[in-house]
Amino acid sequence: MPMRKRRWTEWAISAPSVLWLTIFFVIPTVLVVAISFHAASPDGGIGKEWTLQTWQHISNPNYPAIVWRTLWISAATTLGCVVLALPCAFAIARMQKKWRAIMAGLIMLPFWTSFVVRVFAWRLLLHPEGFLKHVLMSLNLATENTQLLYNSGAILLVSIYSFLPFAIMPIYAAAEKFDFSLLEAARDLGAKSFLAFRKIFIPGIRRGVISAILMVFIPSVGSYVIPDLVGGKNSELIGNKIYQRTFPDRNLPHASALSAIMAIGVLVPLGLVALFLKRQDRKEALRIAESNGVKQRGGAA
Amino acid sequence: MGEIKAGEREVSDFLVFENVTKRFGALTAVDAVNFGVQKGEFFSLLGPSGCGKTTLLRMLGGFETPDSGRIYLDGRDITDLPPNLRRVHTIFQNYALFPNMTVWENIAFSLRVAHYPKGEIRKNVEGMLELIKMADHAYKYPSQISGGQKQRVAIARALVDRPQVLLLDEPLAALDLKLRQHMLLELDIIHDEVGITFVYVTHDQGEAMSLSDRIAVMNKGHIEQLDPPTKIYEAPRSGFVAAFIGDTNFFEGTVTEIQGDYCKLAVQGFADILCFNDKNISAGSQVHLSVRPEKIRVTTTPPPPEKGSRINVFRCKITDIVYQGTYTKYWVLSGSYRLAAIKPHSRFLLDQAPITWGDEVYCWWHPDDGYMLEQFTAEDANLVQMPPVGYSAPKPATAPVA
Repeated sequence: MPMRKRRWTEWAISAPSVLWLTIFFVIPTVLVVAISFHAASPDGGIGKEWTLQTWQHISNPNYPAIVWRTLWISAATTLGCVVLALPCAFAIARMQKKWRAIMAGLIMLPFWTSFVVRVFAWRLLLHPEGFLKHVLMSLNLATENTQLLYNSGAILLVSIYSFLPFAIMPIYAAAEKFDFSLLEAARDLGAKSFLAFRKIFIPGIRRGVISAILMVFIPSVGSYVIPDLVGGKNSELIGNKIYQRTFPDRNLPHASALSAIMAIGVLVPLGLVALFLKRQDRKEALRIAESNGVKQRGGAA
Repeated sequence: MGEIKAGEREVSDFLVFENVTKRFGALTAVDAVNFGVQKGEFFSLLGPSGCGKTTLLRMLGGFETPDSGRIYLDGRDITDLPPNLRRVHTIFQNYALFPNMTVWENIAFSLRVAHYPKGEIRKNVEGMLELIKMADHAYKYPSQISGGQKQRVAIARALVDRPQVLLLDEPLAALDLKLRQHMLLELDIIHDEVGITFVYVTHDQGEAMSLSDRIAVMNKGHIEQLDPPTKIYEAPRSGFVAAFIGDTNFFEGTVTEIQGDYCKLAVQGFADILCFNDKNISAGSQVHLSVRPEKIRVTTTPPPPEKGSRINVFRCKITDIVYQGTYTKYWVLSGSYRLAAIKPHSRFLLDQAPITWGDEVYCWWHPDDGYMLEQFTAEDANLVQMPPVGYSAPKPATAPVA
């Protein structure tokens, strides 16, 4: 039975990764969700009995605002990173091979410095007595009272800075494989440069863009160092709350419930995006066929 | 067709290159090129790789800017226009079909970009799909169709908005032989049907010969000769053209005697050759002669007397025989000269004894079949391929039929 044998080898090959994901991803996720249905014990541990207490208590009036802020800052960070990464990746992919390697190296360079140190550096730059404020004031773009630090804008700025390499790399990887003669063809057929970029280049590197969105959106939803260091009292994100519940409050069920909410906050939009892309692929050919009043010949395909 | 030599152009020309030069660093890819293409013409740029033909095409498409000189299309200077503002479309070597679009959308691209009304887009695209016989494949993606089909879609995409000139950059290079021959015919039919000026770049002389109204043979950034295919083949201006297009034998000699329209050439290491003197060469001058292998007859008996007395006849020895299916190529040795001669074969039409290695034969040709070259360099001689000297093939058990 060759079919059966092949199945068996396929299983054997994927077993280690399935096992890995089960032990280190599926089980912990289930545990986190399970913990949220237990009561917190006063010593910071978990009570034995099952309860809905945490989930009832979680309807804190601050939480919807925090979840909403987390989602929009993450979405804006993702958008900002992708918009900046596209021209950057395009430019690098068009360079000579030697320069491409150098540029890719330069993009990775910040990772040689600790992430926390880099975020701290931004605190100095954005500080009321800092460099950026002086520059902006000398350009009459800011006044003495302008607050650069401790707000959502600061979180957004530093998030885009931090996650940009994660957007450039996958887009660049896709752009490097892109056939640039397609852009010449588009120009040749009458398209202006930007139209060719939009209609031919971006669809051509779509997979890279999707990877970039995932690579930026997921960590930025969970980020807590950036809002902790450059955000203010009114710009907490869900990551800060989880941290606060886990360590200072030692309330694990509460932290678990928030984590579950965050997981849903990440998975639902991503699931929708994936579904949308799959649908769009299938619809596209049909749509054109219909709009032209021609029935697609099933047999010919 | 008038006598248009390289470097000349006519006022009526639709497309004009005027003194166009393009350098890449130290390399001069196109060197002060002048030529004109007429409206509706099938014009080919033919030459070895690196001769500048693709650079010329890319300047016409707007992808490169000349360092000096101007390009005019229909009386308008298009030298500095970006590609999207020229009514010139290119068929790229790899077709460059948009992978994210169906065949239908690919063809509709230029019309959509130019905001044609929907009804007109549909009408034109469907017309093109009919022309290339791909109506059944309109909603497939490029990855789902064959190489020949991709080629046809690329043609349709480039022709749908009726450009003034269609540029073809080695469009058949990626296809296999049979498909290439088929597409050649199709291109010819499409050109006749749409009546658009075609500029065709190729290194394949067969493609250029069978399609073109005129061919510009290029070498090292300049045009060696610009003529209709028959003239390029029968009356090559330079040694390069003679050797690059088809196959040839070169002779270098001194004119010793003028005999009316003919002259006698003394060739060192060979013998005297009679040749047609269409260049009014006077006695004593040094000339180079090109004689195509298929013009040379190889026989075991002397030429029949009815062929006339002016025929060049030489005794030669067969050194190599290369069977090629439709014909056999013979390498013969006479004096210190090695010649190539080609002979089609048929068991029944040619009453000849079989020829085999080592045979003493007669090689003969009519003086009108030799052509005097205006230009010749030592490099041109190297373009003629010869079997290694001193090589002698083993005698087969049965001699090939001649």
